Amino acid sequence: MDISTQEVKRVSVMTVKGRVDSSTAPDLENALKQLVEGDKTQIVLDLKDVEYMSSAGLRAMVSTLKSVKRINGDLRLCAPSPRVHEVLRLAGLTSIFNIYPGQDEAVNSF
Amino acid sequence: MSESRLIVPARYDRIKQICSFVVDAANVAGLDESSTFQCQIAVDEACTNIIEHGYEGEDKGRIEVICNALPTVLKIELLDQAPPFDLDKVPEPELGAPLEDMKIGGLGIYFMKKMMDDVSFSRENGTNKLSLLKRRAG
Repeated sequence: MDISTQEVKRVSVMTVKGRVDSSTAPDLENALKQLVEGDKTQIVLDLKDVEYMSSAGLRAMVSTLKSVKRINGDLRLCAPSPRVHEVLRLAGLTSIFNIYPGQDEAVNSF
Repeated sequence: MSESRLIVPARYDRIKQICSFVVDAANVAGLDESSTFQCQIAVDEACTNIIEHGYEGEDKGRIEVICNALPTVLKIELLDQAPPFDLDKVPEPELGAPLEDMKIGGLGIYFMKKMMDDVSFSRENGTNKLSLLKRRAG
């Protein structure tokens, strides 16, 4: 799994590539936690290149969403593959997260 | 019938290898992409539970994976020597709960049951056996 972050219009866009499973999810959670601790509370997680995500990845995202919501921020998702979307849907998270088809739409939603 | 077997140390960084092994067996069984992905998720969640709740940590034992690719079915068995674990005693996740009350624990077993056609558990001679069955679509 690879993670990169850039600032776009005062929104932190984190792009994740590869597999998010029990082995890699802690790295994702830490990277998101660092953003929040650095007062970055408007976050977009770009999932376009995430080929696979287990419940460990969902746990990392939900934990971050709880943290940012407490300080009036938000974690928004974009471009999940059909497989990752299926996992989100089965977990009941498609109504919890704001999910956008592309990165531009997600950034501009803030 | 084609049987394949893999034994790895019970570590999170071995789950990718286990998934890859299961994908190969799913291809032999002729499962489509969606069913193959679901097998990966189910096996991933099962192995995570074995490490986290069974062995209660990494490098405490091993996981054996046996795949039987039958003409229309993939049968996956996961064997471990952790203390017994009752699948049915794990509460189902509260899907639809408000965010603040949401607990993501229990989702692994829920995923297993949702994504596979049959999930069963047995214990014999100190070994736990989780059997997962996926039928070919259509």
